[in-house]
Amino acid sequence: MVSCRDMIRAIRACKTAAEERAVVRKECAAIRAAVSENDQDYRHRNLAKLMFIHMLGYPTHFGQMECLKLIASSGFPEKRIGYLGLMLLLDERQEVLMLVTNSLKQDLNHSNQYIVGLALCALGNICSAEMARDLAPEVERLLQNSNPNIRKKAALCSIRIIRKVPDLAENFMKPAGAFLGEKHHGVLITGVQLCMDLCKASSEALEYLRKHTKDLVRVLKNVITSGYTPEYDISGITDPFLQIRVLRLLRILGQGDADASDVMSDILAQVATSTESNKNAGNAILYECVETIMSIEATGGLRVLAINILGRFLSNRDNNIRYVALNMLMKAITVDGQAVQRHRTTILECVKDSDASIRKRALELLFLLVNDSNVKPLTKELIEYLEVCDPEFKGDLSAKICSIVEKFSPDKLWYIDQMLKVLSEAGNFVKDEVWHALIVVISNATDLQGYTVRSLYKAFQTSSNQETLVRVAVWCIGEYGDLLVNNIGELDGEEPLTVTESDAVDVLEAALKRPSFDITTRAMALVALLKLSSRFPPCSKRIKDIIIQQKGSLVLELQQRSIEFSSVIHKHENIKSTLVERMPVLDEAAFVGKRAVSSAATLSSEKSNRKSSSGIPLNLPNGVSKPAAAPLVDLLDLSSDNAPTPSASTGDFLHDLLGVDLMQNSPIQGMSQPTTTGTDVLLDLLSIGTPPVQNNSSPKLPSSPQVKILPQLSPLGVASPKLSNTSGSVKATIQDTKPTSNAPPVIDLLGDLGSNSSMAEENVPEYPSIVGFQSSSLKIMFSFSKQPGQPQVTHVQATFTNLSSNEYTHFIFQAAVPKFVMLRLDPASGNVLPANGGSITQHLTLDNKQHRQKALAMRIRVAYKVDNQDMLEQGQVNNFPPGL
Amino acid sequence: MFPILLMIHFVLLISRQGKVRLTKWYSPYSQKERTKVIRELSGVILTRGPKLCNFVEWRGLKVVYKRYASLYFCMCIDADDNELEILEIIHHFVEILDRYFGSVCELDLIFNFHKAFYILDETLIAGELQESSKKTVARLIAAQDLLVENAKEQASSITNMIAQATK
Repeated sequence: MVSCRDMIRAIRACKTAAEERAVVRKECAAIRAAVSENDQDYRHRNLAKLMFIHMLGYPTHFGQMECLKLIASSGFPEKRIGYLGLMLLLDERQEVLMLVTNSLKQDLNHSNQYIVGLALCALGNICSAEMARDLAPEVERLLQNSNPNIRKKAALCSIRIIRKVPDLAENFMKPAGAFLGEKHHGVLITGVQLCMDLCKASSEALEYLRKHTKDLVRVLKNVITSGYTPEYDISGITDPFLQIRVLRLLRILGQGDADASDVMSDILAQVATSTESNKNAGNAILYECVETIMSIEATGGLRVLAINILGRFLSNRDNNIRYVALNMLMKAITVDGQAVQRHRTTILECVKDSDASIRKRALELLFLLVNDSNVKPLTKELIEYLEVCDPEFKGDLSAKICSIVEKFSPDKLWYIDQMLKVLSEAGNFVKDEVWHALIVVISNATDLQGYTVRSLYKAFQTSSNQETLVRVAVWCIGEYGDLLVNNIGELDGEEPLTVTESDAVDVLEAALKRPSFDITTRAMALVALLKLSSRFPPCSKRIKDIIIQQKGSLVLELQQRSIEFSSVIHKHENIKSTLVERMPVLDEAAFVGKRAVSSAATLSSEKSNRKSSSGIPLNLPNGVSKPAAAPLVDLLDLSSDNAPTPSASTGDFLHDLLGVDLMQNSPIQGMSQPTTTGTDVLLDLLSIGTPPVQNNSSPKLPSSPQVKILPQLSPLGVASPKLSNTSGSVKATIQDTKPTSNAPPVIDLLGDLGSNSSMAEENVPEYPSIVGFQSSSLKIMFSFSKQPGQPQVTHVQATFTNLSSNEYTHFIFQAAVPKFVMLRLDPASGNVLPANGGSITQHLTLDNKQHRQKALAMRIRVAYKVDNQDMLEQGQVNNFPPGL
Repeated sequence: MFPILLMIHFVLLISRQGKVRLTKWYSPYSQKERTKVIRELSGVILTRGPKLCNFVEWRGLKVVYKRYASLYFCMCIDADDNELEILEIIHHFVEILDRYFGSVCELDLIFNFHKAFYILDETLIAGELQESSKKTVARLIAAQDLLVENAKEQASSITNMIAQATK
């Protein structure tokens, strides 16, 4: 068998990865053989080889037991390599690790200090919570060992123990306090570190250690004034590591405590003024000192000192120091925003730095500095930089500019101008919601629409490769094409522009035919063309031709739109003008609100009800990722929330539904419905047939409030289910639909919808809510409702309430029911339960096939994480009200 | 519950060619995650230009790295830890290695990787600094090396004795 050194040589001599694999495979085979023969002589050599192989990324689990055997042997060399292997090949999550506890315990009590050191080091690096509990008394005892080498290792080992089992913190409090009086720097450093962890783990320890503030100040003073000590000197500074740790502990002790802060302020001032800042070590100390001054109850003078240090950092030529300064200024904003504002120009320069890390920090800092008074010059600078910056930075930068502009824009004109600039420069980098928001604003700014569409036309001429710009331009030309060619709504000082109708159509044609654009853009162009065909009668022949060309498109969506639109142009001239009327003003408030909701990724429970009632997989546990709702869909979907269930006696459900919706929606949406009467069945149907708008902001049809209902209707053939991607197409198939044939499924649909609607029409018995499950940490409430005509189906609204003071994450509720019951779980309203009474809801539907014969029962299981620890609770619910 | 304040999550030594020379994980990462982390970070760090700052933001954490000859020394810390101090710790570790090997080079760390680990274990435990004196670390390592040497000598003398006795 070759030596470890020879193996390394052989591996290094390999020319290809395959050769290397062959050598490793051979070695591993030999080691496996030795393992199974329980070879003792070469055990440590084999383990050394395995460690090297492990570092190369090959599996080495078969060597784990070898580590344990070496650790259990008596000699120091075997133990040394055994512990090294243990730390390298295993981690705290492996069961095998528990087997080493006994050996560790023996070694912690060994007479040889180096063997104790090995055991402490291994325990400190990889111990699990159980081992921490088992071995804490040993470590505690070793804190008082006479040997400083053992004391310092025991201190760091204690840190690991406390991190694993915070309850043990109080046991370590007194010995840790004693460490602060030590002379040995290694012991002091580790002792201070232990104190910090104790303070974080227990408020009792914090109070206890606060009494040692003076000791710490003395330690710091001694180090600073000690003069040159070669053993601890780093570029002229004595033990910066110790200084930094003491400053850090002082920060914890001074936070929120005026007395302790007072005790330390002199020494902090001394450190801040006398530390040399021409070397990294000195700057590291200054960094820590500034952090401490910012966090404690410092005097104004001290704070000025700190901010000035940051100012010096910021103008430093060293990138590292500037990076750190930007980071710290971010924290300093809350302490003294005015002082940070003074460095605005320097920070702006950092945004343009060649170093990505610095740029990113600076941009984030600058973002915090923007306010109403400086937004205009700052935005101007940033947009100018956007023009020249690296492509990979454009995404971040444009996102930040957009949010600055959205947040601080003094008026809509400025907003639109800036957004158009961003889209022209970095239109390919902005997110969908940015241009969705822009369209909503344009739609609301009636007096600026003419100006906007003309600006977009101009921007298109120079930046037609920026796809989102093109989308907005296409949408606006479709909507406001007449304003474009007739120069309506001209603003003062606006450059006059002559655009013919055919120029406008050129833009749309270019957008439609550019192969690099995606379907959304091209589909939007088709809709815009349809709109223009009635706005620009002279061009309608040309438009018709362009639309017809797409009949042969390989993209189904475009092909279908083309066919449908041609049919509208050919056969339905009489309704076309109504169909393509201008979009009603989009509701800005609803958009903003919905956007906030969707960005928080918490969907309301009603919405998830509806979602799953449209036939999407049943029995979803909660926490399942839901398709992100496009903001504009939300904007338009208010209707079904408010639609009351039609009374069961009404004959024509579909018609009723339409009538109700038409009446309901106009006031709610603030949308003027172009359909004047409910008698025009075709139009009504059209409005229903609008597929949901996804990833697309173009609700081009005059009335689309009912979009959300579509998923339920789609199986009926009213709308082609395939068309879910883009919106606005008019369905030629609609004429074939007979309302009567649709009646039964529609009833179903309404049944599903009705959980939040009034149920006054029929005598539905009321059921009391129950507590389905309760433990010390969690309560689950069930409330029940039934739909008229479906006595066997129970709708259950489950509310989960967090009774503890810890936040629960990754919350998942699962339920099991007897065979005669069908259970459907809708996605929950979230998967995080905030501490102290935070709750989420989830909707369940129970279909009892043996209604009135057998009672409901349910077994439940709840899994969640507290502080990344998995928790599991289970229970049985037998107390359902009778009759369910 | 309190936030875990771990000073150093892991230490990574990567060669300019992207070969891993030493890894030490103080936070639990599975084998799979480790491979991924190494791959990801070498992609980021090895491609950074020489004039840029020594910090890389990565998965909400921060990686402080410094290049010594052909080797990149990387340490991963929390986003709000003191990056400048980590640079000093890296340098501290390098100086100790240097003193031990006598002007250390990559080959020393390849063939004596276990020694590099022993030195690291005398410098850091649980992701925290253990000793600020290079001399003390050198002394402790030397003492332990001596123990190993003695044991070896003893073993070989016993082998010799057995060999002679059974001749």
